Amino acid sequence: MSILTKGYQARQDRRRYLERTLGTLAALGILYWLGINFAKSPSQFFQASLIGLSNGVLYALIALGYTLVYGIIELINFAHGDLFMLGTVFSANFISVWFGKSHTGIAAFGIFAACLVAVMTFGASINVGIERFAYRRLRRAPKLAPLITAVGMSFILQFVGLHWNGSGQKTWNSILPNGEIKISNVTIPYTTIISVAITVPLLVLMSWIVSRTRQGKAMRATAQDQDAARLMGINVNRTISFTFALGGALAGAAGLIFQQTRGLTSYNLGYQLGLIAFTSAVMGGIGNLQGAVLGALLIGLIQGLNDGLPIGLGQQWSQTVVFSILILLMAFKPTGLLGKTVTEKV
Amino acid sequence: MSITKKVGSKTGKPKGPKQSASQRKWAFGFILAAVVIWIFYTYIMNHLPDGMQTIVQNWFPPTALNEAMVWVIAALGLNIVVGYAGLLDLGFVAFWAIGGYSAGWFMSSFFRQVNIHILSTSPKTVPGMHISFWGVIFIGGLICAFFGLIIGAPTLRLKSDYLALVTLGFGEIIPQFFVNGSNIGGFNLTNGTQGISPVDNIGVPGRSLSPFDFSWKFFIFVLLTAFMVFMSLRLRTGRLGRAWLAIREDELAASMMGVPLMRTKLSAYAVGAFSGGIGGVAYATHVGGVFADRFNFSISIILLAMVVLGGMGNVWGVMVGALLLAWINSTGLPAFGDLVNNTFHTQINFPSYNFLLFGGALVLMMLFRREGLIPESRLKAILHEDDEPDTNTGGAE
Repeated sequence: MSILTKGYQARQDRRRYLERTLGTLAALGILYWLGINFAKSPSQFFQASLIGLSNGVLYALIALGYTLVYGIIELINFAHGDLFMLGTVFSANFISVWFGKSHTGIAAFGIFAACLVAVMTFGASINVGIERFAYRRLRRAPKLAPLITAVGMSFILQFVGLHWNGSGQKTWNSILPNGEIKISNVTIPYTTIISVAITVPLLVLMSWIVSRTRQGKAMRATAQDQDAARLMGINVNRTISFTFALGGALAGAAGLIFQQTRGLTSYNLGYQLGLIAFTSAVMGGIGNLQGAVLGALLIGLIQGLNDGLPIGLGQQWSQTVVFSILILLMAFKPTGLLGKTVTEKV
Repeated sequence: MSITKKVGSKTGKPKGPKQSASQRKWAFGFILAAVVIWIFYTYIMNHLPDGMQTIVQNWFPPTALNEAMVWVIAALGLNIVVGYAGLLDLGFVAFWAIGGYSAGWFMSSFFRQVNIHILSTSPKTVPGMHISFWGVIFIGGLICAFFGLIIGAPTLRLKSDYLALVTLGFGEIIPQFFVNGSNIGGFNLTNGTQGISPVDNIGVPGRSLSPFDFSWKFFIFVLLTAFMVFMSLRLRTGRLGRAWLAIREDELAASMMGVPLMRTKLSAYAVGAFSGGIGGVAYATHVGGVFADRFNFSISIILLAMVVLGGMGNVWGVMVGALLLAWINSTGLPAFGDLVNNTFHTQINFPSYNFLLFGGALVLMMLFRREGLIPESRLKAILHEDDEPDTNTGGAE
């Protein structure tokens, strides 16, 4: 070993040591912050965590769409958040305008289920359409091209949302039951329970499709090496379309859940939520499905705690907190929590 | 012309006769165009018949022209980052905002605690920091360059799409900081959503330009744009510019040839941010204040659309793209909408179509004319590498 490489090794070691120390210090700081908040008001702590986690499952649905698409064609699909936004607008119109439902009841549950199917189909078909129309032609182009296309697509979807939903924020009646469960001082609304009850099976189904079915195997093969997959008789175009359909369907479902639990729609909602969801996908290790869910729950929790705890930065700094986490992650651990280190292919 | 020669000799590089001739040509054409426009607005416009005057006021008002020049300045800055160095920056609004707030801080009565006057147009009795516009341009630019380095340093090791994301996050954090900045540990740093206004007038020898002094301000913005064009063109042919282009085309090959990747990328960020800062200061003086809620993501995207539409890497293309989109955004679309609505008695809200317009422009350009309206020949070759069968795509990542 030459002196040069030795010096390089030493520098790398020092750097790693520094990063680890800083990471430990940050973790201790966060623990201290959580500790004093918990001591101050345990019920508020649990309430904030609960809100955070229920947001987290929503983020997970959106984040999966990002991570699926990135996993298979290495594209940050900026339009995905806006697809979610269209999902919210679609659900609102489906339930409140086309079916004219504004109260809960047995029939309302039927319409809710119908809407879930409809909005998932809607999201899937739009996402597949975008892939077919734009991204497919750019598959072999330099990376900048599809990325800019995705940004453009995001704007086009926002335009659709703007004209469909109007320029302001709209509020809607939820058809989900309105009550809540109270455990000592912590309230759990029914809507939270229902959204978790829909999301978790969807996530399980998702993971089953990718890991157990033939189509999922084709997806994993395509993600590894498109040319090799093609040689093995996999229809690569169809597999990529299928991936976009899965992502779009999840975004649609997230749209319905968001619209029914929060009762509002707005054309510029998708961009913010999409970014948060993407941050979660990165946090878990982009391309990794379990990672996306874990990251989303963590981000939701962090956001919930920051917004809801007595000693915190408060809601107006919510985005800053999330994006600071994103930047720090990118700087120190770009592979994410569960991601594997990949050497750049030459 | 003399300036070009001086700098050329300073860098100590012999320039071919063709190059210096073409560089003289642009300066001539640019100054000629600027002077013609300036004379038109200052002297001819008032003597036009009333009908003509309304048309000009509706379709090409002087304020839109000045705003377009500001966009050109910032777009040229983004062009250095995206077009020259090939690093996608989706948060350029951050630099625009920081530049704007440097104008707000150093050119207004906002900091009442102090009383600093440096060559300013405001009377000496007014409290606050009052530094001359020409100084603030450099201060704002330098602050932005500093932030460009801060954001760049830890993240430039990343692949292009991750980098885009970090810049995007940065572009979200900075405006939110300015919105919430009215209470940073009890200190009012940014005055929140109310913003800081008014900022001082621009001082030129013998005059102080009020916010409505459009034609003189146009002259100043043209001067700044000329500086940007000059800087872009000179940097491109210089050692640093060639290193940027090499990185854009193939990072690995460039580093093998001895281009220091980190330093070169960082300098692209710093120079781009510096220009964004100049754009921010210019915008603040154009509007007469800084307002936090104006700095949003769409500014980053509009700037990117300008660069992409005009032709990444080509200064003239970017200028045309910026002028075109800025005009469409500020005047063209509303004026066209009024025309259509009045003629056909419709109630279509045309300005809301700018989302479709910008998004569509980005998508269609990427699909059909990746190199932009006025392409740069080298970039065109890279962007169409995939058209040839049986070649692997590489580079430009």
